[in-house]
Amino acid sequence: MRYDAIIIGAGPAGLAAARAAKHAGKQTLIIDDNHGPGGQIWRGRDGIELKGVDRRFSTQITDLNFSATQIILATGARELFLPFPGWTLPHVLGAGGLQAMAKQGLNVQGKSVVIAGSGPLLLAVASNLKKAGADITLIAEQAPWSSLLHFGSQLLRWPSKLTQALQLFNINYTPNLWPIEAKPGEVLMSNGKTYPCNYLACAFGLLPNLELARLANCKIENGFVKVNRHQQTSVQGIYAVGELTGIGGLEKAEAEGEAAGAGTATLGNHQDFVKLLTRTFKLRDELKQLAQPDTILCRCEDIPFSRTTQCSSMREAKLQTRCGMGPCQGRICGPILEQLYGWPSDSVRQPLYPVPLKSLIQS
Amino acid sequence: MTSDVLILGGGIVGAACARAFLKQGLKVTIIERELIGGGATAAGMGHIVVMDDSEAQFALTKRSRDLWDQLVPELPSSVEFERRGTLWVAADQQEFNAVSPKLSYYNSRHVSAQLLSAQTLYDAEPHLREGFAGGFLVPDDSVIYAPCAAAWLAQGANIIQADVKTIDDGKVTLAIGEQHKAANLIIASGHYVTQLFSTIPVKPRKGHLAITDRYPGQVRHQLIELGYLKSAHGDSTESVAFNVQPRKTGQLLIGSSRQFGADHSAVEPHMISKMLARAAQYLPNILNMSIIRTWTGFRAATTDKLPLVGRYRNADRTWLATGHEGLGITTAMATAELLTHLIAKTKAPIDPTPYLPERFPQCRT
Repeated sequence: MRYDAIIIGAGPAGLAAARAAKHAGKQTLIIDDNHGPGGQIWRGRDGIELKGVDRRFSTQITDLNFSATQIILATGARELFLPFPGWTLPHVLGAGGLQAMAKQGLNVQGKSVVIAGSGPLLLAVASNLKKAGADITLIAEQAPWSSLLHFGSQLLRWPSKLTQALQLFNINYTPNLWPIEAKPGEVLMSNGKTYPCNYLACAFGLLPNLELARLANCKIENGFVKVNRHQQTSVQGIYAVGELTGIGGLEKAEAEGEAAGAGTATLGNHQDFVKLLTRTFKLRDELKQLAQPDTILCRCEDIPFSRTTQCSSMREAKLQTRCGMGPCQGRICGPILEQLYGWPSDSVRQPLYPVPLKSLIQS
Repeated sequence: MTSDVLILGGGIVGAACARAFLKQGLKVTIIERELIGGGATAAGMGHIVVMDDSEAQFALTKRSRDLWDQLVPELPSSVEFERRGTLWVAADQQEFNAVSPKLSYYNSRHVSAQLLSAQTLYDAEPHLREGFAGGFLVPDDSVIYAPCAAAWLAQGANIIQADVKTIDDGKVTLAIGEQHKAANLIIASGHYVTQLFSTIPVKPRKGHLAITDRYPGQVRHQLIELGYLKSAHGDSTESVAFNVQPRKTGQLLIGSSRQFGADHSAVEPHMISKMLARAAQYLPNILNMSIIRTWTGFRAATTDKLPLVGRYRNADRTWLATGHEGLGITTAMATAELLTHLIAKTKAPIDPTPYLPERFPQCRT
């Protein structure tokens, strides 16, 4: 079947794009690697409306070997990890990761959880884990009070976001605090105190999942896909929506998805909020100095920090130490090296995810 | 800036040359456009292998393997040297019939080799598909991780990361404007040599490779089909051959493919498909393994399957070290040794004649 629009990613941006494309009379297909629609934010939510849209779930896109009049990339974002001693211990998880595991059946009832990192995600995760019965003993936000107060005052411009922030507020939220070292069952924080925890959930912000956009040769600018007002990328027929074009949350994602699907210009100015988030939750330099010589940077290939210090680019680190050459293809350590050394990402290669060898043999 | 030896290209060949001249106490500069060991050196398999397509190829690969073996005690662990041996698999009786003459050829030239019956073949590699006629084992061949080997070999050389704009006998002007002079200039830039001298008879020959996740112990030797030479040395525009290498990490590197005329580096799904299908005919259990990455590279191929090692035309100071096709990792060592002798006008351990560029009219005048 030849589709008018293929949408990759069924989070808020992709869903909005699919509905708008369908509404505009396009033969539409939506693809997502999760079991159902919703993306990270609405994972597992029932009753998401997708009438008249063909869908393929549990499907990873490993190569751009399909075509459609319009391809809309809505691949969302993942959390940024930063290495500190102990960050690879089993009780240390991504904040979004722990939330996803809880939604998929991990029992967090009565478990003590420390959430650390930066950005609005910390409060959202805390709220969800609390609902699942976890005991959130600390939410450590690395940003200083001054940034957060400024953020709060600016939120008056977006009343719905302000309301959401107030609803999510948690008494254990502590700015100006970050992890120094994790040990089994506990974490030492920058205030010198040690907090016992069953889980330490970390997220130092969100990163767009750029792999498909890079494979398609879309122009990337300052870490995000460059698009015009119609969400079109530098490549004819390929559009990008949601977190790919700037970390800006739900309203931006839906407005961009709708515009790309409908073929109209995106309504509203969302870049002000993107900039506010970036400024507020800018990572402090101390976070980039937590790794010790023996701290692992590349978890797939077991490469410690000390082995990368002789290198001068991502490609050199890959070739000389194998950093980023494992099954995750540098999804975790690539952004870490970029934070620590300022090295831009290396090129991506298909398959974007490990695939069974037999799937690469054409019948 | 002035050096004794200026090397264009920091692949395994340029790096081996750097080491050879540094050992003579000379001042060596490498000009590399990207990274040491970052081009075809990184794209290839890292197989140190004796090959017998011609007497000259045998002599060069054997000498090179000996020189690598001499280095083993010094190699850092990052080079991941492993004496895996090469196991050539005979698909049928016809291929197996060629093994006996091969065995006497190797033995008479003092290269240890063994004929494997069908039974001993499966003892050596239990995961091969049933029904093969036997094999030919060259136990002293080995495997290295070539980018780290190149970086190690180049240690001590002055390395300049730049593109070359023009070269004149013994003089190089960089794209950034700088001029470098040397008593001797060695061009070891793989197939890029034609960007400097368009008439040099070297053509890029594209190859694909795939690498699996970690499956330690599944394959013990570098495995190649005995029909490999037909693929490697045929002139068809597209061919694949079974060639699988176990890495120290437990991963399997799966090759190989050869294409002439492909000038873009994109991975081509139909080539990957043909190559993997070929490999699975020999090792069926790889079908269920995970592939984590695929990529391509360009070999520098000559028409007679031998490299160009020696003086370029009648230039006094310009020497070629290119055209190694798929054997650069192996033959880098003897190439460097030959050049040191040619430049010093001393007698080399092997006869340099078959590799001299002057065998091609374009390299004579």
